Amino acid sequence: MPYDPHPNHEGFLNSVGSPIQHRFNPHTDNGGTTLAIAGKDFCLVAGDTRQSEGYSINTRYAPKVHELSNGSVLATSGMYADSVNLVLNIETRLEWYKHKHNKTMSATASAQMLMTVLYQKRFFPYYVFNILGGVDEKGEGCVFSYDPVGCYRRETYQAHGSSAALIQPFLDNQCGAKHQNIKEELLTLDQAMKITKDAFASATERDIYTGDYLEIFVIKKSGVTKHKFDLKKD
Amino acid sequence: MALKFELPKSGFNFDNYNRNLILESKGLKSPKTIKTGTTIVGCVYKDGIVLGADTRATNGPIVADKNCEKIHYLAPNMYCCGAGTAADTEFTTNLISSKLELHRLATNRQSRVVTAMTMLKQMLFRYQGNIGAALVLGGYDVTGPHLYTIAPHGSTDKLPYVTMGSGSLAAMTIFENGWKKDMSREEAIEIVKDAIESGIFNDLGSGSNVDVVVITKDKTEVLRNYKRPNERVKKEQSYKYPRGTTAVLKTSIRNFVDVTEGVATPMDLS
Repeated sequence: MPYDPHPNHEGFLNSVGSPIQHRFNPHTDNGGTTLAIAGKDFCLVAGDTRQSEGYSINTRYAPKVHELSNGSVLATSGMYADSVNLVLNIETRLEWYKHKHNKTMSATASAQMLMTVLYQKRFFPYYVFNILGGVDEKGEGCVFSYDPVGCYRRETYQAHGSSAALIQPFLDNQCGAKHQNIKEELLTLDQAMKITKDAFASATERDIYTGDYLEIFVIKKSGVTKHKFDLKKD
Repeated sequence: MALKFELPKSGFNFDNYNRNLILESKGLKSPKTIKTGTTIVGCVYKDGIVLGADTRATNGPIVADKNCEKIHYLAPNMYCCGAGTAADTEFTTNLISSKLELHRLATNRQSRVVTAMTMLKQMLFRYQGNIGAALVLGGYDVTGPHLYTIAPHGSTDKLPYVTMGSGSLAAMTIFENGWKKDMSREEAIEIVKDAIESGIFNDLGSGSNVDVVVITKDKTEVLRNYKRPNERVKKEQSYKYPRGTTAVLKTSIRNFVDVTEGVATPMDLS
């Protein structure tokens, strides 16, 4: 290599010859998968409990599906630290609402509130992909799906997280009757449970970030029930 | 007229290297190779060597193969575990295995582990780490049992117990905690199995089953899927579609056949 009398003081160069930019990234992805299915008079919200970073498992049991004080359930995937703070924020607002109006917030109202909470941090977002499940004013199951900055819409089924690309097409076929010569109908609770368990077992087979335990919340007008199942731990 | 540049007759071809650099600088994403995020181990015991490996192959976060083979044959008295780029470990061990066989035919002697080790490290060093193969080499020859690790750049270690791959730290904890000098065959297989399982459960790049190979003075045993701690659970329901599920939009057979009048000409049997 010839001697360079004017070495580059701007910064180090890589093999291609362009400068290398170093930047701190405050967000991290802790993996995991969530799913929700709306039924006629119920809503099912599920998520695995593995929390990981890179090739390491931080813990096998860090629940990412949270039962809220207004009776709806919030499934969070993405960055775990942000999801903890988001749930804290939401719970605070639910309590303020109760003291101010002397009633608990409805599922649809909390869905709209979650949107505004997310958009308030538009330029330093909560790095969380949310699914809110509950029962609406008519007593019917409802699922709301969000992106990290608050774009949301009501769905009848939705998968989020590291296995979303594996599970969503399965739900399209099984819940949405896509590519099937049959009429689309809402699932029964028994059907939804079976599909959810199979979806997570299959996702665990092929996605390294999904596994350990499966938590399923069933929301009805009468209240919320929680079920826990084993997933593979490798 | 002679060509300005002669193509190499063998080995890798680097003709597209500069072109690819230019394409990458213009924003093209080059395809990624499958890395077997892996746990591989080896351990010396009283009568020989035990090698172990998991069976998961990954492509980014997706499991590409749930039951692949990572313990490669080198010679009747020698096996080699591979971690890193799947194609590189496969081709490197295949090439050296072939060279060893020719060497045995020429010399009429059993292959020695140092020979294989030297051939592997010289090849890997020549390619300056561009061949992404991290290996655990074990065998038994006329000079006794030998166990080596070979890193992708060509450096080697000769140790009584070794681990490699993304699960190497998890596996090494088991050896550091439980390895003893002059273990029995059963003890050695047990600790190798525990080391691989530690990788399977604690490292996301490793998973599924445990493969084991035991090499002694005059016997080599391949224990494929020695333990299967991750069997899939039974499905909740059947997903078999009833006949007629797929919508038929249009049916036509005539497009695919030639319809001709009269009797068919008989086949020529002469």
